Amino acid sequence: MVPTNYYLILSAILFGLGVLAFVFKRNVITIFMAIELMLNAVNLAFVAFSRAMGKSDGEVFVLFVIIVAAAEAAVGLGIIILTARNRRSLNVERVDLLKL
Amino acid sequence: MTGSLIIFFVLAALAVLAAVSLILQRHPIHSALSLIVVMVALAGLYLLMGAEFVAAVQIIVYGGAVMVLFVFVIMLLNAGEEERTNFSKLATFGGIPLALGLSGIIAAAIARSSGQLPTPTAAAEGTLSSTRQLSMMLFKDFVYPFELTSFLILVAILGAIVLAQREN
Repeated sequence: MVPTNYYLILSAILFGLGVLAFVFKRNVITIFMAIELMLNAVNLAFVAFSRAMGKSDGEVFVLFVIIVAAAEAAVGLGIIILTARNRRSLNVERVDLLKL
Repeated sequence: MTGSLIIFFVLAALAVLAAVSLILQRHPIHSALSLIVVMVALAGLYLLMGAEFVAAVQIIVYGGAVMVLFVFVIMLLNAGEEERTNFSKLATFGGIPLALGLSGIIAAAIARSSGQLPTPTAAAEGTLSSTRQLSMMLFKDFVYPFELTSFLILVAILGAIVLAQREN
């Protein structure tokens, strides 16, 4: 039987890697994938807690997170297509109209 | 070492290696393939925990639909290798310490709670999170949020169409 702690540690590691990818990547699509990685890490923690407490609530939350992530991916990729068409680049450093 | 522990460590190592590969790969399509490996490994972990329905949804929605959308957009925009730019000062001096601090806080929280979390018994696992019970909960206790998500999906589809269409 795998202790709940192991799942939480794995979830924290994956979340940290997602944060690192979010900070270091320059391609806007890869940054978006880093957000998906962080959502997946949180889902793992949800299911681990749900199993530890013996209730299904956490799994229902995971389903909601997956639904919202799918909606977010549809809208976000639409925005990415729009910016890539306008700026002719996927590099986030080149989308700097709001920068001082 | 029991069998489930061995399976856990294999899948966990696979997930972490694929996540590191996501960061190290320069080409976005390679990052997307690494992310698919992470998602399949996580689906395996859900199966190990006895959450079969979540594992199936993870494969179908994340591994299938969302990642196909990502790969589609990468190919549509003909995304090439990531160009190296100098890291902004904010990312170097603010981002790395903050990311490390966040990891430290999470690690401290897990270490503090190590003795308090109950480890489920073998008999309770699998029976508690059956798909039947999950659907009862989804359509009774969470029925209003569930119906609201269909509205959310509708709004997202309309938004994506409006955003991505060409102006005439």
